[in-house]
Formats: sequence, structure tokens, C-alpha cells
Amino acid sequence: MSKDMSFEAVMARRPETMKKAIGIDYDVFESGSIAFDYERMMRETGYSLQQMQKIQSETGVGNTPVYELRNLTALARKFAPKGKGARIFVKDEAANPSGSFKARRAATACYHAKKLGYKGVIAATSGNYGAAVASQAAMRGLKCIIVQECYDSREVGQPEIVEKARKCEAYGAEVVQLTVGPELFYSFLRLLEETGYFNASLYTPFGIAGVETLGYELSMEFREREGKDPDVVVVTNAGGGNLTGTARGLIKADADTQIVGASVDLSGLHMASDTQFNRKSFTTGHTGFGIPFATWPDRSDVPRSAARPLRYMDRYVTVNQGSVFYMTEALAQLEGLERGPAGNTSLAATFALAQELDEDKIIVAQETEYTGAGKHIQPQLTFAKENGIEIVIDDPKDEVPGENIILPKDPSYIKTKDIDLNKIKRSYIRNCIKNTKVDSVTSEDIEFLVKDTKSSEEFVKKVLDELKVEY
Amino acid sequence: MDAKKGDWVRIHNIVLNPEDRSPNLPEDTKKVPLEMWDKGFLLNENANIGDIVEVESYIGRKVEGKLVEVNPFYDHDFGKCVPELLYIGRQLRGYLEGSEQGE
Repeated sequence: MSKDMSFEAVMARRPETMKKAIGIDYDVFESGSIAFDYERMMRETGYSLQQMQKIQSETGVGNTPVYELRNLTALARKFAPKGKGARIFVKDEAANPSGSFKARRAATACYHAKKLGYKGVIAATSGNYGAAVASQAAMRGLKCIIVQECYDSREVGQPEIVEKARKCEAYGAEVVQLTVGPELFYSFLRLLEETGYFNASLYTPFGIAGVETLGYELSMEFREREGKDPDVVVVTNAGGGNLTGTARGLIKADADTQIVGASVDLSGLHMASDTQFNRKSFTTGHTGFGIPFATWPDRSDVPRSAARPLRYMDRYVTVNQGSVFYMTEALAQLEGLERGPAGNTSLAATFALAQELDEDKIIVAQETEYTGAGKHIQPQLTFAKENGIEIVIDDPKDEVPGENIILPKDPSYIKTKDIDLNKIKRSYIRNCIKNTKVDSVTSEDIEFLVKDTKSSEEFVKKVLDELKVEY
Repeated sequence: MDAKKGDWVRIHNIVLNPEDRSPNLPEDTKKVPLEMWDKGFLLNENANIGDIVEVESYIGRKVEGKLVEVNPFYDHDFGKCVPELLYIGRQLRGYLEGSEQGE
């Protein structure tokens, strides 16, 4: 008898499919209410930092170079108040196999899949993670399927995503390409059922722990060369895993570093809209992922996401698309590094934030990513024009995502905009109440919410009062 | 015949018709089906573009779909000249000229 493959039936089988495909019983960490034991989950199902370093070194991942961007620092100081303009550094994560920090996440996912005896791995991703999984799977002798959201209903694909499909195929993976829509998850579940492969989710404890090495390396590297930890680390934020892992690694090194999340502002564009899909020029690192995943991390493809950015974020800023493109040019033209563009989101923010800090401070943009055909400032802006987006040189504050891209008139126009973190934290708490369907919260829940929002008992109770929830 | 057994081809499928899609979709997405493309070696003896065929994907999975392309290739590139970008490098170097690091 064949299985019911309708949308509803496949989605209803989600819990058992997932359990088989990840090998983690998430139930044991649950409290039955809002709270779950995050640290126990990370400890018991993840890997220690030392294990992680060993696993990653086996496949050439990590220990990427750190460059001081002296010309960009000098430029920032031209626009900063006297005495301001921190030293700007970048961690060249593009030096990883497959060309991005995502190799760190994929390394542990593939190692784990191999160890548990899976024949192959599947990942649902249109981004660098696909190439990372395909590359690591090749090294570990695993089969690999990447499921991509790639086209609109005209079969027009974002050049950046098409390039990533090519790269996955280059590593011997099968790439399943889909049109826009959240039912990508349905196709993904069907493939997991059919193949019995491992779900190389971005959001498992081992995936996130894989990024901890990045934060740890930053601390060690700066202690060695500068005798101190970086003062500020800026992380491009989408699903929250990069920020979570990096922050955890810094904490494991006992570093006293401020963690800033940065996303490209795509407000107003609906991520599941067929007609808006190709009106954006960034397919990751943007607010369309950053905000929903911060306010409800457990929307991911695992029951409990190990990526919980609000736990670690000290500040969250946005930059516009045009500023990231400008900074991508700046990195190439002043520093001789052709990278990005999406990975340069944190660099654009870093350039603006450096101007707020004293000259002796150290600020780090913690990643770069590879560039190439399709995934490059020129094809992406060519594509934007073909889709009716106007390219303007003016003040980026007037950029309207989906209508125009405003390149800054000069570097003084590159600014960050602060997102009100308390507002985001309130939304997260509201979503916890709504999605867990509880009428009252326990003291364990409050303790969990304080940690999960890096706030205080007073703050959490105030929000609960506003929401009229008993505790 | 457009393709014979063993040829590398691209296939297309409708995964979900508009009426079978998730209930929570924006209006424009609701109106169109969820579509899928995949690639593999043709398993049928012969086929024409538009035929329903079976392929073996690169990792060995069997998939059915409508034949849409034989010997599919990528044609993404470095785009066209974007004149709007040309000011950036010169502007940046201009700022640094004469300064210590820019020499």
C-alpha cells in the first residue's frame, strides 16, 4: 500500500519523519510548557569545542585568516568625529572549502550523519549552506540532495541562487529546484521519507556548535596579535545561527565582546510572494529572515532551533542594499579582496559602527563569502534593473526595497539603523505564549524567557503583564 | 527524437496545484502551482521534449517528470556593465590620496 503523499498527510507525519532524519529525541529536553533545556540539548546532542575543532580540521574547515582593513579604517576616520574610528578587521571565511562560514556548520552535520550510518544528507537551502553540505558530503563519501527555492512562476531565477545550484552540482549533489513558497518544506519532507537520508538542518545543535569555533578563533587570534579580545564583533544575521554560534564561541573563550547583528533592510517585501521574489537583490542576510527567526526561532525545520539570536545579541542594526553593494566595491578597490556581496552586510555595518568607537578599539566583521558568476555585484544589479528596480546614487535612507537600490553618494551616507531590540524581545515572548498555547507561565518559563531574551525578570514580567498572562 | 537513453536531461513537475497549496500564502503565490525541476540520465529508450519520462539523478534517485531540456547548462554570468558603480573606486581612492595609509 502506498503512503498518502498529500500536503496534509506529509505535514502530519512531520514529527516521526524528523525524528528519523535527525536522530535526536527533542522531547527529553521539553518542560511541557514554554521552557526547554537549551544548554542540556547543546551539551548532550552537540559536540565539545575540542571535538569540533578536530572534526573541522579533518576536512580543512576553519582557521581562516583575519585581515586588518587599514584603508577602510583610514576612510572611516575621515568621516568620524575626532578620536573616533575603531580599527576594522575582517575574518576571511571565504577561505573555507566551499567559500563561506557555512562549511563549519556542514562539517559537523556531515560528520554526524556519517557516524550515525546515514547514506546521504539533505538540506533545504538556497544559500551558501547548500554548497557547504555538498562539499562536506563529498569529503565524507555521503550522497547529497539540496532543495532550493529558486524561481518565480515565470521560471526566472535569482542569479545568486542559480550560481549556488551550479556549485552544489559541481560537488556531485542532486539539486531539486522549486518555485517560491513555504511548501518547500513539504518537498523536503517527502525526500527525507523517500531516501531515509539525514536532515542536515542549519538549526541542529551540531550545526550551531560548528560555528562556535569561529567565535573561539576570533578571541584566540586577537589575544595573540593584539593582546586583547575584539571589542565588537558584527555578524550578518538571517536565521540566527551565525550569531548564536559565534557568540557561544566567544563566551567559551571567556571574551568580553559586544555582539552586534546586522541585516539588510528588506522591510515591505513578502518572502513568500511570487511577484516580489525577484524584486530583492539579497537572498540572505536580510530582515525577511532576521526578524521572523529572532521573534520565533522554532519556525525552523527542527522541533527546537539551536539558533537563538536574542540570547546573545547586544545590538541589532540594519543597512540598506545599496550600502552593502558600495562596501563590496570598497573591499575590492581599497583592500584587494573581491568577496560577497551578501556576506558584506556585516562589513557595511562595521564601517558605520567603527565611527562611533574610539580609535584604539577593535571591530570585526566576522565573515566574507566567495563571489563568482551570478553571485556578484554586477550580475545582481543587472538582474535588479531587468526586474524594474531603479539604481540610484543618493542618500540610502530613502531606499524602498523592491522599488529602488540607493548607492550612497559618498561613504558618509553609509549609516546603520538600530532595531528596537526590546520590541523584538516582546514579540518573541508573545509568540511563545501564542504558539505554546499556554494560559499561564511557570517560574521555569520565566527563567527560560529571561535567558532566551538576554533580559531581566522585571522585563519578562512586564511583558507578561501587558499580554495579560498569569504567572 | 530529442533524447535517447542515458542522455543528461532536465525534467519539470507540478508538485502542488494551486488548490492543493498551503493555506497561508500571499494572494499572488496562491494563484500559481508549486513547480519543481531536477536533472538526471534518461531511463526511457527515446523521448521528445514534453514527454513524461523517468530519469536517474546524479546520486541515483529515480524521478519522473516532463522532459524540458537535453544537456542542460548554466548561463548565469557577470551581468552587464553597471555604469552606476563606476564612481565608487575612484571616489574611495580620492579620499585616501595623501593620507598615510593611502600612499
